[in-house]
Amino acid sequence: MLEASLHKKLWHFTLDVQLKVADQILILLGPSGSGKTTILHLLAGLFKPDEGFIKLNDRVLYSSGEKINSPPQARNVGYLFQNYALFPHMTVRQNVFYGLKGKRRKKDGSTVDPVELLNSFGVGHLIDRYPGQLSGGEKQRVALARALVVEPELLLLDEPFSALDKNTRTGLMQEVKKLHEQWQIPFILVTHAEEDAQYLGDITITLETRLTGESAPKVVSM
Amino acid sequence: MSLQEMDWHPVILSLRVAIIATIAVTCLGVPLTRLMARKEFYGKDILEAAITLPMVLPPSVVGYGLLLLIGKNGLLGKALAGMGLTLVFTWWAAVIASTVVAFPLMYQSAKAAFKSVDVNYEKAARTLGASEVRIFFTVTLPLAWPGILAGLVLTFARALGEFGATLMVAGNIPGQTQTIPTAIYFAVESGKNVMARTLVAIITVFSFIVIFWVNRWAKKQTY
Repeated sequence: MLEASLHKKLWHFTLDVQLKVADQILILLGPSGSGKTTILHLLAGLFKPDEGFIKLNDRVLYSSGEKINSPPQARNVGYLFQNYALFPHMTVRQNVFYGLKGKRRKKDGSTVDPVELLNSFGVGHLIDRYPGQLSGGEKQRVALARALVVEPELLLLDEPFSALDKNTRTGLMQEVKKLHEQWQIPFILVTHAEEDAQYLGDITITLETRLTGESAPKVVSM
Repeated sequence: MSLQEMDWHPVILSLRVAIIATIAVTCLGVPLTRLMARKEFYGKDILEAAITLPMVLPPSVVGYGLLLLIGKNGLLGKALAGMGLTLVFTWWAAVIASTVVAFPLMYQSAKAAFKSVDVNYEKAARTLGASEVRIFFTVTLPLAWPGILAGLVLTFARALGEFGATLMVAGNIPGQTQTIPTAIYFAVESGKNVMARTLVAIITVFSFIVIFWVNRWAKKQTY
């Protein structure tokens, strides 16, 4: 369960968003410049809101009132970047193992096996390749595996399908839906394509670009 | 003049000075550049201009400035003299001159190199739980490395060729502070043309090989 209230002044408008998401897929739909990526950055701790709070399962990640602002490293929030941001100088193996260094294991000693995860995404055979040698769809799957290896409690996906051709896109959308059923954590997916929203979304928020004035608060409940 | 009669002291000293200066510039310059690229603070532009200044000033001006600092009556020189240490007219003064003159080259190269690293890689590493120190050594530095290496080569080449400032603070004492560039100047002055030509050939071929090799290597390192 994710609950958040975010207030952030941007250079061309003020972002004001209320979110409440159970283990669902929330779609943030809107044109570029409407603050979609900013919302993901605020949730992941990569930007700091001016005011508000973020609560993930019983942990307060950010609260302007209580002066809490936990760094991205401590948030346990998975983030799939728009261009995947796979480390270009590391192999697929090094990329997916990157998040495991120094991470404490669960009490029962179990962790997600990165190799198994890659296999389940159908990219296990690419383990010794570099990101530069992968297709868009393959990069996407590797980046998903890398984000999930750390067992996040929330997964953020920034335009995950925009760089892919139509066939790959449809296939991956089905996979993301299946993945969500397996993982049972909130997914927040940013897109500018309405068809993505219709296919995947349990809830959809539409953001509009506002050149002046304040944007209306968006209230979302389960 | 045969190779046996050749005085190798300037060659060995030049290499030693250039290598130590390059290490000093790298160890000071890379972390400083990284900090400057990240932090906004009052007077940053002034500091940046001051760092770059030795690149555009005549070396004699830099040399005179260094004399004011480390000379026998200089600010730092007096304090060091109190401890029984003298820097001027030792080969360490040549190292300091090369370091100051070559520093801006590393600063400019490293600045561009760090700028070229997509911030999303660092952001991704952060969401994966990596500490800032780990991110610097496993993500930022490896990705900026080709640019930093270019800076390293420029620094080394500049340090190896340093003449004006070196002459003013270290002098031209054969066997002690005489580097290749100062040796060439005084060899020509005193009509030792064979000596001058040999040193010119050595420094030209050596510099060419280093730059050629590094360019080849950097070409292979692009992702």
